[in-house]
Amino acid sequence: MRARRRAGRAALGAAVTPDGDTVTVAAAVDGTLTLDDVRMDPAVLRHQGEVAQRHGNPQLAENLFRAAELAVLEDARVLALYESLRPHRSTGEELDRLAAGLRADGATRCAALVESAATWYRRRGLLR
Amino acid sequence: MTGPSPRVLGRLRVLDGRPVNLDGFSVPDAENGLVALASPDDPEPSLVVRDGRVVELDGVPEADFDVLDAFLAEYGLDLAVADEAMAVDDVEFARRTCDFTVPRDEIVRLVAGMTPAKLARIVALMTPVELQLAVAKMRVRRTPSIQAHVTNQLDDPLLLAADAASAVAYGFREVETTVPVLADAPSNAVAVLIGSQVGVPGALAQCSIEEALELRLGLRGLTTYAETVSIYGTEQVFVDGDDTPFSKALLTSAYASRGLKMRVTSGAGSEVLMGAAERRSMLFLESRCVLLARAMGSQGVQNGGIDGAAIVASVPEGMKELLAENLMVMMRDLESCSGNDTLVSESDIRRAAHTVPLFLAGSDYIFSGYGSIPRYDNTFAISNFNSEDIDDYLVLQRDWGVDGGLRSVSAAHLEQVRRRAARAAQAVYRDLGLADYDDSRVEDVVFANGSRDLPPVHPMLVAEAARAIEARRLSVVDVIASLGRTGFTEEAEHIAALTRCRLTGDHLQTAAIYTEDLTVLSKITDPNDYRGPGTGYRMSESRRAEVDGIRTARTIAQLTADQVPGPGAVDLVEVGAADTGHDPREVVVGVSPAFARTVWLAMSGLTIGEVLRQISAGLEEESCLLRIVRVPATIDLGMIGLTAARLAGSGVSIGLQGKGTALIHRRDLAPLANLELFSVAPLATARMYRLMGQNAARHAKGMRPVPILSGGTEQAITARYHARSVALTTLERRACEPGAAPVELRWVRP
Repeated sequence: MRARRRAGRAALGAAVTPDGDTVTVAAAVDGTLTLDDVRMDPAVLRHQGEVAQRHGNPQLAENLFRAAELAVLEDARVLALYESLRPHRSTGEELDRLAAGLRADGATRCAALVESAATWYRRRGLLR
Repeated sequence: MTGPSPRVLGRLRVLDGRPVNLDGFSVPDAENGLVALASPDDPEPSLVVRDGRVVELDGVPEADFDVLDAFLAEYGLDLAVADEAMAVDDVEFARRTCDFTVPRDEIVRLVAGMTPAKLARIVALMTPVELQLAVAKMRVRRTPSIQAHVTNQLDDPLLLAADAASAVAYGFREVETTVPVLADAPSNAVAVLIGSQVGVPGALAQCSIEEALELRLGLRGLTTYAETVSIYGTEQVFVDGDDTPFSKALLTSAYASRGLKMRVTSGAGSEVLMGAAERRSMLFLESRCVLLARAMGSQGVQNGGIDGAAIVASVPEGMKELLAENLMVMMRDLESCSGNDTLVSESDIRRAAHTVPLFLAGSDYIFSGYGSIPRYDNTFAISNFNSEDIDDYLVLQRDWGVDGGLRSVSAAHLEQVRRRAARAAQAVYRDLGLADYDDSRVEDVVFANGSRDLPPVHPMLVAEAARAIEARRLSVVDVIASLGRTGFTEEAEHIAALTRCRLTGDHLQTAAIYTEDLTVLSKITDPNDYRGPGTGYRMSESRRAEVDGIRTARTIAQLTADQVPGPGAVDLVEVGAADTGHDPREVVVGVSPAFARTVWLAMSGLTIGEVLRQISAGLEEESCLLRIVRVPATIDLGMIGLTAARLAGSGVSIGLQGKGTALIHRRDLAPLANLELFSVAPLATARMYRLMGQNAARHAKGMRPVPILSGGTEQAITARYHARSVALTTLERRACEPGAAPVELRWVRP
């Protein structure tokens, strides 16, 4: 349900204001508040990326766009992705598969980062 | 020539014992990277772009790129301005950078197209003062801020919470903790999260530990920013650090994806320490790091005085290099979290001299870790300034009218927030079944200076709590709920409010801090608009009052509150106009207008009655007679003394002010040409007043007494006593009656 709500708002293209009003002490005490409720909305991150772009920092923008892609991934997958990119952790094929998987899930910017890493890790001997 | 003298020069013996000579200093050695600003092996700046891609960067062709070069080439530079940027004259651009009539945006626009070697050369051209001017103009956020280290040797959660609350009370807007024992980290994160929201909300908190564990804590909302994402200027050191620019870029995005503010850490000296500086200067390697930070999409950089600072400071112009590092970050339009993070010298003079130029210029964060806890409790490393230096820092703010981000805190308020934080942590640890600390522990924490003041507890208590936090994957939601359940509603509301604010992502923009009413100040909302005098950041009236209001400032009324006649105070009765005496043994003590009227206590702490008794006894020992006369017409001691001398049968007098300053005078001398002067009233002793009585008597008898020597002092006499001296002079001035004739006083002795 949350995912659908997010998608709906993003589709509207309106100013992005997250539904933070659900984050209350009462909800936490009642046990109705979950960690999912305090997760970043990808649309918010994309919006912040656009702000950074407008203010002359395309690299910060790119980071926030990548973050928007990661925001919908499970914690474990994000942690594994980071681990895979550390030196001597992955084979070239593993990185290629990782990139393909990300691309398939719409995380094209993260995929591009992994693809570039794969290229340079091959050249610099940083593969497993 | 004869051989060396066996005697050691006294001056060198003293100098050898000075703290500065405990510091290590290196002869410049480019081969091993021990050069600050330029090495013969630093590359010539170069940038060759073909078909929209960089094919040569600072002398390295694409075929020879290492992973750092590759990353910089692919992501770092604005190629649209590269030709213009690389063609500018270095000196001309350095001038424009520190010229506040040239807009900041114009500098930022061109620096985006400059290679690391180009930028390093430009900043190396500036003098320290020019660097300061450039920093004032180029830093991102208008409002300066400051970050604290909050750690202790025991990882005691109650003490961490109390110290985080203390830091926030002092005005720190980020609090950074770490661990001596990695497994304790989750507990430290929870404790600092709680403590940081006591009193006022919005301070960001982090737990600096191994990258993957830090990220895991961040994903669960137990931290709100990350900083110790280390980057290095050479591929070798980067990989030794178990990362690459690609993995760090992914990490940067991972933090942002969970709404955590994040910056990277670099700072010269680390490559030298790890023996892989590749014969480059520290400034050039750091310039690569700064561009790397920009290329990764980090909003900011912590550098200029981090772990390697003392290595940098060991070579010529090292201190300048550290300031130049901060400036390069600002010129790349990134948040500068400006070092001062590591104690850079054993010398108080030298460590202060490292911090002060940046402190005066202002930065996004003047410290990337002010040690808000005692030196021994800092588990990062001792910071350049620590809790022992807080009052010095507050006074420096006041001295220069500079906003260094901190404010004075009353003892009562400090006690209150420390107790509140310790109790909140106690309640949450009990409620979540993590640990049970009793009430006496809370009180010990409230009053402790540091962990050495705490009684021992079971050594595995914290580790067990931390293990439980990890095993149960407790999150910020659990902390909010627990605070809510245990009645710490205000703290629960603060964390919930901060969490709501974070969902807007506004704090992910460059140089963002939350104010105490949870407004985001950042490059977007609070851009630095310094354009010379009368522009840029200005303290509000209320902020200036905070800066001025140090706890040791006193009004004249407060400084003179102890000027009351105590039991048995000297009783001087006015008996009419003073005549000239005729007895050649008579010495007149001329007292000042306020003496025994509104001034009763001399600066030395002696009562004025005791001073008078000692002088009287000295005169008596030399068989002279005492007469006391008030000279109400002047507060000038020379004139008081001379007036009294002219009334004395012997022609000799003692002039005496209420604060204890005294002199011996003779009727035939000029007002300022006295016989003996005790100008340093705070150091005068009863024995000296007695000797003064004796010497005045000897002068009266035509003898030539041996002058009284004080032996000198090392006290900062004027600094210690001038405020009080001025206050007492005010009392003298109020009592002064210009034109009034000298008055005979009768000393009524019990």
